Amino acid sequence: MSKRIDVTNLNVYYGKFRAVEDVTMTIEPRAVTAFIGPSGCGKSTFLRTLNRMHEVIPNAYVEGEVLMDGENLYGTGVDPVRVRRQIGMVFQRPNPFPTMSIKENVLAGITLNARRLSTKEKDEIVERSLRGANLWEEVKNRLGLPGSGLSGGQQQRLCIARAIAMQPDVILMDEPCSALDPISTLAIEDLIQELKQTYTVVIVTHNMQQAARVSDTTAFFNIAGTGSPGKLIEMGSTEKIFSTPDVKATEDYISGRFG
Amino acid sequence: MTSTTQAAEASSPPATSLQGKPRPGDRNFAATALGAGIFILVILAAVTAFLLIQGVPGMLADPADAPTTLGQSANFWDYVWPLAFGTIWASILALLFAVPLSIGIALFISHYAHRSLASVLGYIIDLLAAVPSVVYGLWGSTVFAKAVVPIYAWLNANLGWIPLFGGQVSVTGRTILTAAMVLAVMVLPIITAICREVFLQTPKLHEEAALALGATRWEMIRMAVLPFARPGIISGAMLGLGRALGETMAVAMVLSATGVVTIQLLTSTNPSTIPANIALKFGEAGYGLNVNVLIGTGLVLFVVTFGVNALARWIVSRRSEFSGAN
Repeated sequence: MSKRIDVTNLNVYYGKFRAVEDVTMTIEPRAVTAFIGPSGCGKSTFLRTLNRMHEVIPNAYVEGEVLMDGENLYGTGVDPVRVRRQIGMVFQRPNPFPTMSIKENVLAGITLNARRLSTKEKDEIVERSLRGANLWEEVKNRLGLPGSGLSGGQQQRLCIARAIAMQPDVILMDEPCSALDPISTLAIEDLIQELKQTYTVVIVTHNMQQAARVSDTTAFFNIAGTGSPGKLIEMGSTEKIFSTPDVKATEDYISGRFG
Repeated sequence: MTSTTQAAEASSPPATSLQGKPRPGDRNFAATALGAGIFILVILAAVTAFLLIQGVPGMLADPADAPTTLGQSANFWDYVWPLAFGTIWASILALLFAVPLSIGIALFISHYAHRSLASVLGYIIDLLAAVPSVVYGLWGSTVFAKAVVPIYAWLNANLGWIPLFGGQVSVTGRTILTAAMVLAVMVLPIITAICREVFLQTPKLHEEAALALGATRWEMIRMAVLPFARPGIISGAMLGLGRALGETMAVAMVLSATGVVTIQLLTSTNPSTIPANIALKFGEAGYGLNVNVLIGTGLVLFVVTFGVNALARWIVSRRSEFSGAN
């Protein structure tokens, strides 16, 4: 289920503009890796290259390699649709499909595979996924109601349930708590701790306390200035990054001297 | 403490200044908006009153008092029923052609075509809407009707066992099916324009949600775009239907009407439509209650159009909690 990701010399371009420069890193399975850094430093852009979601933007492309358990996601003949079915994603703002019920939202990805499932199998997937997202108890009596009727935090957990229903190898989270209140944030953070038992979790966050609380490994991204590409400055165990980082810029950012 | 209070009292204006004067801009705008809103209601009421006052005598008329219109009918309802049927039948056929095509064109413009091609194509579609209906009528009756005759003959020969394609095939091609296809071309731009706008408004968030689940582009459209756009598609179709129901010149010129009720699409005996019938009969209807009979048919058309719009509203609102408006 859980897979390792090896990134080698990855550059991301929007047309002629280089947004991310020369990133090399290893993302460990069954662990939480956090990306931190100031706004515009390319951490979200980089995250999106891990499931090829950056290709949604016209003229965006990458150079370099992303290996998932040795398989290059950018190899010839690799279908981005297949990649995204194995690497789930949770977005900054909760985005359940408004025209679908809670149950249909959980099953949205499964139905794409056009597999014929019995009602019993579907019910099992819905319950397992919603339990996995710590949402089952709250919604089990209203599975037929629209997903948009839930609170923001519940909607975000519904999106996580939708992602884990696909039984992905990796879950990418792009600032999953930035639109949520502190209590909902706590619920998501607890959930992330459980998810890492099964999945490789990568999370982008602006909240350094959050990175310190949830992650095992932290990567710090930075830019020299507007118009220059984002770079990976330093990556290491969260404990080390938040206590004795090797690079001065990391220490300045962590301690709030800039950013 | 005392000094600051005094200072505040001295510097702050008197308490009554909180009650500001009404701003003339606000007042004028509110009055204009209210006036515009009332104006549209007055117009609607005036039209309704006209149709009722002038039309009801025609609806109750004895056929002897209105020979050019009711001449061959037992009463008004006997006269209007084939016309109402033809109006709705032609419009529904037109929508059957126009709606799928419009959705396809709109999707191509909004989600498939390259941006430069999309804007050119959108502009051309808008131009279609600017073509006068009489031009469509000329084209439909002289060029298009002749062109479809072989197709009709083939349909009649091979699929004639289906009631729709049965009967004696028309040699001129000026059948209800031809009229419906000309109508379809006419309502295409308006439906396409509305669908395109609605498709473009699909939140990026939902499109990305579908793509991140591993949806292909078409699956993304089915999962995020079409459900979101459903009320808009229905509204667009209803606007198109409204135009098709009321279209006069093109139908009057294309259709060779005999005033029967039939679902056969390819014969030379076709039901007429209310607007085309009014236009064709108006010139010779200048005496007796003939004009009132025609206005009465206009009232029937008004009621039909109103009913269609009410139905559309009901369809749109039925699942409003799932609409995505929140």
